Amino acid sequence: MQHKLKLDDQIKVNSGKTLWQKKLARLFKNKFALTAALIIFILYFLAIFAPFFAPYSATKNFKNKFFHPPTKIHFTDENGLTLPYIYGTEVKEGWAEYEINKEQKYPIKFWKQGDSYQLLGIFESNIHLFGVEADQPIFILGSDNYGRDLFTRILYGGRVSLFIGFIAIFITTFIGLIMGGISGYYGGFIDSVIMRAVEVIMSIPSFYLLLALAAVLPLDLSSAFRFFLIVSILAFQGWAGMARVIRGMVLSVKSEDYIAAAKALGANDKRIILKHILPSTATYVIIRATIAIPGYIIMESGLSFIGLGIQEPSASWGNMLSAAQNITKISDFPWLLLPGLFIFITVLSYNILGDGLRDALDPKS
Amino acid sequence: MRDYIIRRILIVIPLLFAISLLSFFIMQLSPGSYLDDLRMNPDISEELIRKMEADFGLNQNVFIQYFSWLKEILQGNLGESFTYRIPVAQIIGSRLFNTLLLSAAAMLISWGIAIPIGIYSSVHRYSFLDNIFSVFSFIGLSIPNFFFALLLLFSIVRFDIPLPINGMTSIMYDYLSPMEKAIDILKHLLVPAVVLGTAGTASLMRQMRGQMLDVINKDYIRTARAKGLKEKKVIYKHAVRNAINPMITIFGFQLSSLFSGAALTEIVTGWPGLGRMMLTAVRSKDLYLAMAGMMMGSLMLIIGNLAADILLALNDPRIKYH
Repeated sequence: MQHKLKLDDQIKVNSGKTLWQKKLARLFKNKFALTAALIIFILYFLAIFAPFFAPYSATKNFKNKFFHPPTKIHFTDENGLTLPYIYGTEVKEGWAEYEINKEQKYPIKFWKQGDSYQLLGIFESNIHLFGVEADQPIFILGSDNYGRDLFTRILYGGRVSLFIGFIAIFITTFIGLIMGGISGYYGGFIDSVIMRAVEVIMSIPSFYLLLALAAVLPLDLSSAFRFFLIVSILAFQGWAGMARVIRGMVLSVKSEDYIAAAKALGANDKRIILKHILPSTATYVIIRATIAIPGYIIMESGLSFIGLGIQEPSASWGNMLSAAQNITKISDFPWLLLPGLFIFITVLSYNILGDGLRDALDPKS
Repeated sequence: MRDYIIRRILIVIPLLFAISLLSFFIMQLSPGSYLDDLRMNPDISEELIRKMEADFGLNQNVFIQYFSWLKEILQGNLGESFTYRIPVAQIIGSRLFNTLLLSAAAMLISWGIAIPIGIYSSVHRYSFLDNIFSVFSFIGLSIPNFFFALLLLFSIVRFDIPLPINGMTSIMYDYLSPMEKAIDILKHLLVPAVVLGTAGTASLMRQMRGQMLDVINKDYIRTARAKGLKEKKVIYKHAVRNAINPMITIFGFQLSSLFSGAALTEIVTGWPGLGRMMLTAVRSKDLYLAMAGMMMGSLMLIIGNLAADILLALNDPRIKYH
């Protein structure tokens, strides 16, 4: 009797939750995946509000301050603990070598007024999280070959690098689902046409295809349009693999009884594909999307790195790294490698999150 | 089996045709042609440009250009490079060899490291070393090839490691004995091969571990243990033998990312391979060179996948093709 009661309790507990709630609960137990999700969230947050978090605007350059090493922030002076401040620096007669001037102290000001910007395209503002007086720039991660603040450009570059993967995966998934769905459901002639197209795209080494496609873009496009075209290129190349797997899943679902039931009830093709077949691929699509995003981030940064992606003066993590292509520059100014670290952290977080998602959503594998 | 192979090879022909059509039209989409650059150069006469235009058929309709290119290709003529003014075949041979050398070295590294680690990790699941390997594989999976290459080059310069940082041969190469030549190339090969190999190792060892874990829980492994077989024999003779089959399919998939990764690695480390050639060809709109690069890359990919399928069929007697 007691045993039966326990079973009933359990049913009550479980019946309160839908399948997806249970899957989410499993995900929340995975500490690694949660941390990764948090890091990804912070990165996106920083990128979206880049104008506020960055002390300068993305293209602001300081003459005579190129290749400036990261500015050291001091918290103590002769009287002990103080508010944070930095020392002024002056160019030595050598090339890109700087001398610290201990006479000049610049306190770091928070909520400082600086270059004006538009936040989210609506709010006009000129408040920055931090900054110092204009004649001494603060470079917390150093400056690049034009004397632009690397930290600022990393935040702005994150907008390109982080969102390109996100948007590309949406388009890829959309096309992949439609093509794979049609191909698997109808079969026959349409199926073989789509699958041959998939085979052609998948038989060309992906980076070669990207190279050829990216070379098509003229150099004088606006940066927003260029961004959009690069997303399209990534999607053009990426939908094939997605479509092939979706087709396979549709093929196996198609013969299930509930599809026959829907047909017998007079549901049309559109309804069957959208309401009955595609939802069963949802788990796979979510996992696949999370795993594919870092791939797109790497491809974009690779393209920008070799000069075929996002163009100067717009920043992306890839094109910032291309300044580090010269080996003498990296050994003299190692902070130029920092954008790569951001790519690495982002990709790592996505990979860990994707792994956690797979464990949580698909316990079979 | 023989019929299967013949059929697979026959499918390659229309596939290559479609790839060439697609690549050719993508190349034609790009604004301007190689001649536009030459026109800017005041040293080159209008006559010469017109002659080149006629020679390379660049003033023709795109379709006619494609079919004349196709006709030449079928006769074994890959065309002439606009930039180098020598037959494409002469350039592409050595580049193809270099890329294959790099890819082979990378594969050797990744399979050589990943399979033993994958086996160890699955047998000692959740042990300290297994966790360490997991962390490393995540790092290896997440680090972009070109960034890793930059980091390696940076540390070579920073810590004065006696390794070359660019190209495939030293300046003194021509004066070296054959033995020294080989060592010289190996030294140059080390950085790009390690970069490419790490990326492969990371994903391979995770997959090997996963396959092994699947197999280890199977009934026939329990039977083997129940028979009183030595644990070594159970693992290597029964588990590994079955876990390795799916890995052969992965070998086919891996090729695509290997070639793509090789391209960026070649560009960063100055390795004179197919990928680096593609970049310059595409940039200078060297049409026939770029086309040949695309076709060679695709051909290698297709052959690799075919080889993987055949290997799988040979290795796994349960698979029947018809």
